[in-house]
Amino acid sequence: MMGISVTIQAEIFDAGDLVNQFTRDMPEAGAVATFTGLVRSKPEQPIKALILEHHPTMAQKQIERFAQEAVDKFDLLAIQVVHRFGEMKVGEPIVQVMAASSHRQAAFDGANYVMDWLKTDAPFWKKEVGADGAHWVEARDKDEAAKNKWTK
Amino acid sequence: MIIRYFAWIRERLNRDEQQLELPDNVKTVQDVLNHLRAIDEDFAFVLPPETVFRAALDDELVELDTPLGSAKELSIFPPMTGG
Repeated sequence: MMGISVTIQAEIFDAGDLVNQFTRDMPEAGAVATFTGLVRSKPEQPIKALILEHHPTMAQKQIERFAQEAVDKFDLLAIQVVHRFGEMKVGEPIVQVMAASSHRQAAFDGANYVMDWLKTDAPFWKKEVGADGAHWVEARDKDEAAKNKWTK
Repeated sequence: MIIRYFAWIRERLNRDEQQLELPDNVKTVQDVLNHLRAIDEDFAFVLPPETVFRAALDDELVELDTPLGSAKELSIFPPMTGG
């Protein structure tokens, strides 16, 4: 695959299958960095499920924008983002970003850049379902700081 | 204008969206919020002025002092927690 691809879907995906498809027919690629975000449960506060709400049209546009910025900024060969919404179980993948480039640093930076912006500026909201009911996850200042390390 | 709500704001207002006729003196995102607080008790209760939230006009993130321009849709939501 070449260029930019952004998919927002409810269906679960196979992290390995995605990266194998992504790197097919990309002879110039010397490096692919893959980030996969998973639904996690903390021992002190276990959850049964995660529900992700989103703003469909805006999410698509925002992620496409970050992907395009990453391609331009780091001279990537290709980037693909898959982000899920709806209900998911602990251990399931939520998001995957794959960045391909000639050399490794651009691939790492490209995936990192998209994730940092996606965390704070793509319209998704997490709700954790635990034994005592469901609650909305609060935004973290750390995520805002991570995004602000990148100059546009 | 259509106002759309997401996450806990949507739940606490008990509505996904609403259609709103805006008076001429409502020119910015902040003006819409003030207008809604004035005409709607539930809105004033759920979104008092100190609430931390973000807004988008026709799918573009904006600051509260942004003019509405020709936007058809205003989305109001909590800080985002995706990824």
